[in-house]
Amino acid sequence: MLIRTEKAIPSSEITAKDNYQSFRAGRRAFLARAGMLGVGAAAAAMFPSAANALNKLQTVSGKFNVSDTVTPESKAQSYNNYYEFGIDKSEPAHTAGSLRTRPWTVKVEGLVKKPQTIDIDALMHYRPLEQRVYRFRCVEAWSMVIPWDGYSLSELINFVEPLPSAKYIVFNSLADSSQMPNLNGSGFEGAYQEGLRMDEAMHPLTLLTFGSYGETLANQQGAPVRVIVPWKYGYKSPKAIVKIRFVDKQPSTTWNDLNPPAYGFYSNVNPNLDGDHSSRSHDRRLDSSSSIFPKIVATQMFNGYGDQVASLYNGMDLSKYY
Amino acid sequence: MREDLLLSESEGIKKARMPSRAIPYLKALVHLLCLLPALHLLQMYRNGALAAQADPVNFITHFTGKWTLWILLTDLAITPVRRLTPMLAWLIRFRRMVGLYAFFYATLHLLTYIFLFSGYDVQTALAGLHAGHFAEPWRQLVAIWPTMLDDLEKRRFIQVGLVTWIILLTLAVTSPQRVLRAMGGKNWQRLHYLIYAAGFLALVHYWWSLKKGVPLPTKETLIFWILILARVVYWIIQRLRRRSALASQSAAAA
Repeated sequence: MLIRTEKAIPSSEITAKDNYQSFRAGRRAFLARAGMLGVGAAAAAMFPSAANALNKLQTVSGKFNVSDTVTPESKAQSYNNYYEFGIDKSEPAHTAGSLRTRPWTVKVEGLVKKPQTIDIDALMHYRPLEQRVYRFRCVEAWSMVIPWDGYSLSELINFVEPLPSAKYIVFNSLADSSQMPNLNGSGFEGAYQEGLRMDEAMHPLTLLTFGSYGETLANQQGAPVRVIVPWKYGYKSPKAIVKIRFVDKQPSTTWNDLNPPAYGFYSNVNPNLDGDHSSRSHDRRLDSSSSIFPKIVATQMFNGYGDQVASLYNGMDLSKYY
Repeated sequence: MREDLLLSESEGIKKARMPSRAIPYLKALVHLLCLLPALHLLQMYRNGALAAQADPVNFITHFTGKWTLWILLTDLAITPVRRLTPMLAWLIRFRRMVGLYAFFYATLHLLTYIFLFSGYDVQTALAGLHAGHFAEPWRQLVAIWPTMLDDLEKRRFIQVGLVTWIILLTLAVTSPQRVLRAMGGKNWQRLHYLIYAAGFLALVHYWWSLKKGVPLPTKETLIFWILILARVVYWIIQRLRRRSALASQSAAAA
């Protein structure tokens, strides 16, 4: 599969210019187009009936699907690294009920022409949601295969029009101890922060994610909106995003701050580089197997997305920029 | 202190105030208590609860590791608790047994590391056996060997964990009465002081195994140091008593 990444899709191709004024306008444009294409059913998903329950999403099937066995939903939603809700990976499934995902806004700010605060429903319905089956590789040597529902982050970036000086994009997760029982025990200084280089953020694989398994994200998975960057370790895919900032310098990121030698800014999946706690050459694939014995798979360079993303790092020493 | 410890393991047993009839029942009870975690794990395996875990390997690793530490701490608590009152002197009879269970769980933990955690492909090994390729399990081990050596070379929490297990192994091997007699009480006792090192290193292993940012096992650490402190306090009290006894003796002589 060939994906061009050098040149961003011009925003004009995405939304008509006069619809740029606000995000609501963008949504109207999509509604109109959805009607024209005869996929009116998609409109039904526009207005979710309840905020917190897992709602079925109307999705179109995406192009970027791996053929690996998909991890059962029950596993993907009961094994979550989400320290704000508990350190043990089984905890968030029990404690994340206290997260309120509506009302919710995402603030876009920094080096961008159209800074704004976007309502979650408008954001979710700005583009048709694609279902993409991605590999998800945690730095702790386990991996899953999950169908995520969302659209390329590049669509949002183009909509808000970053300034030429914007070189990086920063995401902040919610940090509210009234909703996140373990926020103070998370070990994080303030809100969880992650970042991408602009070309990484613009890469079509980078998914602004609202759902999984055809439903809105479970709270413990990062509801209501997160980013999924499938060729990087899991912690590069921040959850419960409330702020997106465009900046000119490489931002600090949560895990890099905690342990720089182990968790670099790039954190591309790389079986040749060693981790601090285990080798990264293989992982336990957590899929539909009902055996207590692990399914061991060889970890692939860029998590198997090398064809698409290796060119982003041409000429870079990956052991230095890890 | 040494005299007190020796009393515990051999001749002193007679002095332990416990109706001898109750001992076999108590022994059975202690065995059962120590086996409960393992039985729980077995039960989880049999009823499918273990396989239903998203990541059974992670679960087993933490389960066996934590129970090793908790049983080790229980073992270290026996002496201080027993010293609280002569009524509890009989507790000492279970110290060696509990220590052996700590070794048992540490061994399960080590086996979990080798065969489940390190990347050893049990499924392929078993499939090989089924197909009549009896060398397959060995082949898998050979395949993963470099990764384990690498772990041992680079990761200090692995090194400390292995040292802890070797200590527990040494204590387990030398635990029978016959070995005690062959070694002589004093030497045996000296060697078995290593149980404190094992407790300490088990904690260090736990601390270092955690990702940065993860809360440390403060409760276990606190309990460990309280148990050590109890021994220091006891030792000081004994010394003071002996000194004052000597002082009063010499005063009487004068």
